[in-house]
Amino acid sequence: MNMIATRESFGKALEELGEENEKVVVLDADLYNSTKTEEFKNRFPERFFNLGIAEADMIGTAAGLATCGKIPYASTFAAFASGRVYDQIRASIAYPKLNVKICATHAGITVGEDGATHQMIEDINLMRGMPNMLVMSTSDDIQTKWAVKEIAKYNGPVYLRLSRYKTPVVYDEKTKFEIGKGIQIGDGTDASIIATGVTVVESIKAMEELKEKGINVRVIDIHTIKPIDKDLIIKCAKETDRLITVEDHNIIGGLGSAVCEVLAENYPKKVTRMGIEDTFGRSGRAEDLMRYYGIDKNAIIEEIEGL
Amino acid sequence: MCLVSKGGKKMKITKVEALQKIANRIRMDIITEIYYGKSGHPGGSLSIADILAVLYFNEMNINPKMPEDSSRDRLVLSKGHASAALYAVLAEKGYISKDELLTFRNINSNLQGHPDMNKVKGVDMTTGSLGQGLSVANGMALASKMDSMGYRVYCIIGDGELDEGQIWEAAMTSSKYNLDNLCAIVDCNGLQLTGNTEEIRGINSEDIEQKFRSFGFNTITINGNDIFSIINAFGVAHMAKGKPSVIIAKTVKGKGISFMEGNAAWHGKALNDEEYKLALEELIEREKQIDKEMEGDN
Repeated sequence: MNMIATRESFGKALEELGEENEKVVVLDADLYNSTKTEEFKNRFPERFFNLGIAEADMIGTAAGLATCGKIPYASTFAAFASGRVYDQIRASIAYPKLNVKICATHAGITVGEDGATHQMIEDINLMRGMPNMLVMSTSDDIQTKWAVKEIAKYNGPVYLRLSRYKTPVVYDEKTKFEIGKGIQIGDGTDASIIATGVTVVESIKAMEELKEKGINVRVIDIHTIKPIDKDLIIKCAKETDRLITVEDHNIIGGLGSAVCEVLAENYPKKVTRMGIEDTFGRSGRAEDLMRYYGIDKNAIIEEIEGL
Repeated sequence: MCLVSKGGKKMKITKVEALQKIANRIRMDIITEIYYGKSGHPGGSLSIADILAVLYFNEMNINPKMPEDSSRDRLVLSKGHASAALYAVLAEKGYISKDELLTFRNINSNLQGHPDMNKVKGVDMTTGSLGQGLSVANGMALASKMDSMGYRVYCIIGDGELDEGQIWEAAMTSSKYNLDNLCAIVDCNGLQLTGNTEEIRGINSEDIEQKFRSFGFNTITINGNDIFSIINAFGVAHMAKGKPSVIIAKTVKGKGISFMEGNAAWHGKALNDEEYKLALEELIEREKQIDKEMEGDN
């Protein structure tokens, strides 16, 4: 099976985008071999800026480039691309609605061995609470490549959440994606597993195993966290017995919260939120951490089987 | 006194007294905005009135009829709380009406407490959260170089604002990319909200000059309330090739209104009726004085 981390898909798509759109410029904060902006750097050195370990300056520089018609993609680890520069994004990008794409790699506990300081589990919360910000969190290679190119066509600030953890390819080249539209996989009515990013594959694996046990569920891939696909969430609430959200993020303020907000106002129904239970992460292998924090396939199966 | 106008730049007022008059009118508008808005930051607005008069009426390549012209020079007012001064010079230049100034900080006004580029023509960048403007100005200067557009970028920073670490991150970037089309201006009025800048962070204007020089800047220290010195400083900045420039502008907070001068209490306070009357009278006197000097020249 072809395994690829979305940060790698991002790097490849960015290089292609550089070829297609000469307004695209890339900024990085001394991490280009990890964020995978290196391919763009090597191909278009005159449009690449390594600002050093100075994330705040990187965000401000990106804002200035955007005011002059460039389409800056600013990339660093999610911990530093959101929390560390929250006010720079807020005051210099989101409020003035500048056309900057913040591409945050290494999101969530699946960063692994680097531990809690580098495992950003609050970024969806921070970014979706910020006016004018489009928030995306992609789940596989094909979807990520689409998103990287699609956001260049959207005029405004974007936060794109990416992962270090290698996952199988879910979609094929013909899949049609649309910003703001979730994707339904399967049509089981016993439960809807609403996921984003790395937990989409775990949810699909859970769906397949549950099917063998006679439990029919569906998976909803929410690649656009804001604006969220209200219609699809309400439809699933009506069509399925149970609703479960699962994310590599704090259960407070992330996908689970966003889903609950939609349902509380439109179709009140119990939701089980799976995610990091309001605690900081720890070092370890990504697979072990997903098991430890209860966001892997087995945890989802256990939840649905009522164990 | 007449200065030689720079080649190819038409319609520029180069007479020092004429610029002094403009700066004086900017000061009148600053206190009027803050008086009507019952809110604002007079001290740090008045200190940069002369700098803004020179920038908008002598230095910058701009056209109020084409505020979005991609080849225009840009200004980032990093010390966004001096918004009243920026709006005043934009009104003086014709980007916005003088009447609009009376709506400063009101609920239906475009003139937000801190400048919003999407609400006011001529505002090149939204600012207000301190420390961020020099990074943004770097981005603009990089874009100018990438596209060989030749436009210049100016960035006004407060001396108190230099407390923010991001300024020094940005200073490294200005220097690394040899941004000789960037000119920062530090408004060294020596005061910030809670007191004396030197006491609060332990740096004075000499220290500031040394720091920027060590970061690779061409530095020019002047009296930032003296029109002639400001004009010359920008001229010197133009000549520096391969490195960014910074003008260390020693100014007086509250300049032009005697009861505000050098008084940190006027950092963020509106004028009452009596104070407004007194301030306006002083500026009207100053205008008469400049007129007399102009007559003397002729």
